[in-house]
Amino acid sequence: MKTLILKTASNYLLPVLLVFSVFILLRGHYLPGGGFVGGLIAAIAFVLHAFANGLAKAKDLLKIHPGFLMPIGLALAFLSGVAPVIGLDDPFMTGLWFPDPFPVIGNVGSALFFDIGVYLVVVGVTLTIIFTISESA
Amino acid sequence: MLTAILLGFLFAFFLVFAGRFFKGKLAVVSALIPLSLFIYFASFIPRIASGEVVSKTYEWVPSFGVNLGFSLDGLSLLFSLMITGIGFLVYVYTSSYLKNHQYLDRFYAYLSVFMGAMLGLVLSDNIISMFVFWELTSISSFFLIGFNNTSEASRKSALTALGITGFGGFSLLAGALLLGSMTGTYSITEMMTMKEALAGHEFYILAVIFIFGAAFTKSAQFPFHFWLPGAMKAPTPVSTYLHSATMVKAGVYLLMRFTPVLGDTNFWNTTLIVVGGITMLYSAVHTLFRTDLKGVLAYSTISALGILVFLIGLGSQGAFLAAAVFIIVHALYKATLFLVTGIIDLQAGTRNVTVLAGLRKVMMPVAAAGFLAAISSAGIPPSVGFLGKELTYEASTHSTGMVILIVAAIVLTKILLLYAGFVAGIKPFTGRLPEKFTEAKMPDPLMWVPPLLLAILGIVFGIFPALIESYLVKPVVTALGKDASDIHLALWHGFNTVLVLSIITIVVGILLYFILKPSEKLENRIGKLEPVSPESILKKLTYFFGAFSKFWTNVFQNGYLRNYVTTIILFLVILVGYIFIGNSRLVIDHTKLSQITAYELAVTIILIAGVFYTVFTRSRIGAVAAMGVVGLAICLLFVFYSAPDLAMTQFSIDTLTVILFVLVLYRLPKYLVLSDYKMRIRDGILSLTFGGLISLIALQVLAEPVNSDVGDFYAKNAYIMAHGKNVVNVILVDFRGTDTLIEISVLAIAAIGVYGLLKLRVKSSDRPN
Amino acid sequence: MEILFAIIIGVLYAAGIYMILRRSLVKLIIGIILLGNGANLLIFLLGRITEGAPPIIPEESKVFLEAYADPVPQALILTAIVISFGLQSFAIILVKRAHKVVKTDDLDEMNATDEDS
Repeated sequence: MKTLILKTASNYLLPVLLVFSVFILLRGHYLPGGGFVGGLIAAIAFVLHAFANGLAKAKDLLKIHPGFLMPIGLALAFLSGVAPVIGLDDPFMTGLWFPDPFPVIGNVGSALFFDIGVYLVVVGVTLTIIFTISESA
Repeated sequence: MLTAILLGFLFAFFLVFAGRFFKGKLAVVSALIPLSLFIYFASFIPRIASGEVVSKTYEWVPSFGVNLGFSLDGLSLLFSLMITGIGFLVYVYTSSYLKNHQYLDRFYAYLSVFMGAMLGLVLSDNIISMFVFWELTSISSFFLIGFNNTSEASRKSALTALGITGFGGFSLLAGALLLGSMTGTYSITEMMTMKEALAGHEFYILAVIFIFGAAFTKSAQFPFHFWLPGAMKAPTPVSTYLHSATMVKAGVYLLMRFTPVLGDTNFWNTTLIVVGGITMLYSAVHTLFRTDLKGVLAYSTISALGILVFLIGLGSQGAFLAAAVFIIVHALYKATLFLVTGIIDLQAGTRNVTVLAGLRKVMMPVAAAGFLAAISSAGIPPSVGFLGKELTYEASTHSTGMVILIVAAIVLTKILLLYAGFVAGIKPFTGRLPEKFTEAKMPDPLMWVPPLLLAILGIVFGIFPALIESYLVKPVVTALGKDASDIHLALWHGFNTVLVLSIITIVVGILLYFILKPSEKLENRIGKLEPVSPESILKKLTYFFGAFSKFWTNVFQNGYLRNYVTTIILFLVILVGYIFIGNSRLVIDHTKLSQITAYELAVTIILIAGVFYTVFTRSRIGAVAAMGVVGLAICLLFVFYSAPDLAMTQFSIDTLTVILFVLVLYRLPKYLVLSDYKMRIRDGILSLTFGGLISLIALQVLAEPVNSDVGDFYAKNAYIMAHGKNVVNVILVDFRGTDTLIEISVLAIAAIGVYGLLKLRVKSSDRPN
Repeated sequence: MEILFAIIIGVLYAAGIYMILRRSLVKLIIGIILLGNGANLLIFLLGRITEGAPPIIPEESKVFLEAYADPVPQALILTAIVISFGLQSFAIILVKRAHKVVKTDDLDEMNATDEDS
């Protein structure tokens, strides 16, 4: 599937899709989107890149093995849940919020970090599966 | 008190890490554990003797009323002292008996777990925690019997023992729960106050049967006795400790413990007398036919347990007194005999009584211990055994009804037990020393002191019965709910019927010993009865059970996936279909339904066409593509019906699934036509019926009123509490965040599974052939 | 439309079961996927379907002003979709691996239990 058009297009598509996935992730709390969808879009972006330019290139781009995104994401999600327990002695998963909204993103709270954790895990899982399969297929 | 019980477990745990330090010379140090416990419990003697009951309650599962309630009364105290006292001697003995054994640390760990469990059992006031400790003793006994795990016979015996006592444990649990529901409490002390109500309860008989089931299996009563001779495969210290002095008495303990709760009824007493009577006679007769020393001792132990059950069944103050004394007597002499047997086994290399003789010449102190124990076992004055026998006869002559039968049975048993005691304690040491035993040496003092000490105690208690009278025996009788103030123990009771019976017993017993010599011929003769013994009947039953299970499993678990699925689906279709057709009419309220628009109809048609193509195409890539179409159509349905998040997710996943399939498709096998036409028709009808049923159920449910309280709550509070406006996302990351956390963990596990399946190769050396 | 929905669900279930009953490994996986889709739609339908009212609170307000679709089934299905992806990929790889080891695609030939082999 290494056609020139796809190759060229994917070079531009990757950053666009990645930015789009982050956008979907961040707006998830107010409009359709969120960590699951965002993560899937990011994963599709990388898979597309891998198809166009070969698996090795896509892997180089990632720098680390996608598998490592899973523990990082899980830890982030878990920490955002534990934070209120440690900091304020509240129950697990109590939402914490910064008092003032940030520009562009809006209100920022522990739920956002949780969603970022979900995002990372989904990217990690999807890429691990697809990369592993295409390597051994 | 909890610390005292847990000490055994803690020590066992400690041995896991520090075991190797206890394998060499230090092994004997571990005996300090039971010794310190013995001293601890002995310190309670004055308080208990004065009639006090020490109790302590720790909360465990308060919501179920299960507490770790411990209480120390006369009965528990007697058992605690036996457990720790004999435990101490056994620990000391073992350090020499299993000297330099590879797994000595393991042995001590099992032994300590057992000791802790046994203490917990006799101290528990809560019947549920008692059950837990009961099971722990069974399990530690299993490990100890199977200690020589390289021998198949050992493993088999261990399994039999676990099977029988495990069944008993189950029965105890059932009894405990039943009693709990009858009385509303799990505390035995509280149950005692409801004795009258319990005896009149409709489930009284059932509860008693459950308790009996537990006690009879644990204490090896007929017909559950056969695990005990098998358990003699264990190293001798174990036989001494578990299978004669303590664990097997747990059943007796249970009966005594429940006498004030369930006792004193016709059913209780008669059953115990009958079962105890049969057991004591049956196994006493068996001792005549054994040539293995441990076999003789095993059957005489069963017989002694039968006597105890029998005495509890008699239910009078005198019988309880006799039982209390006999427990002490038996623990002392039987432990001694077992320890002596162990020494003989180790030094002479055989346990066959037909060849053993003259060993006194090489090991005098051991012979002395054996002799004294035999005296006590025979009930010859001035041993404490005499006291025990006198009291037993006393109790049986004063029994109500069938006195002659009862007395005859007990006298006959005692005669045979005298014979067994003599065979085990005297026979190996008398006569001429055969050539082959001249090699036998005097054992280590660590080995011969414990049995000698026990044997001497048996005589001391006999000469000075006051030593045990008020401190040990009276509190037991009190704990069993009888007045103990007029009890006075003495060797000499005056010239009466009981003394006559005693003299008859001793004379006939000794005559029997000189006339009847144990021989293999006799042993073979009883072997002919083997096919009708309870043991072989059970074995046949187990075999039949296993064969039947195998047959049944092969019918249903036949390894054909589609047979499983067919069975499940067929069952569902029939069951649900029956209920559905029988009970409800399908009502569809057209006014409530939304309109069908043209594009929705189009999507539906595309979807159904996609499904059909997926199912019937012969091309794999076609099937995958059609599946993608189905996924996208579903995606559109989500868009139409207000689920943008779902649509996005479905779209992405659909894409990835197709990619995944395409990636592996060429590695996957081509479709084959494997099923014939008939089969496809059959499966098709089944699937269509099932699909139709699901559709009907869906429509039926739609006719029911909807309850959306949960959804309304989330919707109302999404912005107010969670600062989010996309309610689906708020549910995922905030309201139900913990679920999501677990879900992404599952995803990660799936990815690791895929990675592992593809990347990791089994080394050819590890692969099973 | 609910009736159409019910029919679609029935078709998906029937097709899923039919595919699972076939002897080919690949068909088994396709069957599982179809069945999963059917189950998702069933949950969606039973949560009652609403047209054109996503469960998203309007820009200017703090609570819903009009009718909205029940968000709970949607949240359930969303996670189910993602999880089923994990399941599918694992199943596909398992099939691939099994095919490599046993060298057959016929489920009927994979019926040996551990004891027999």
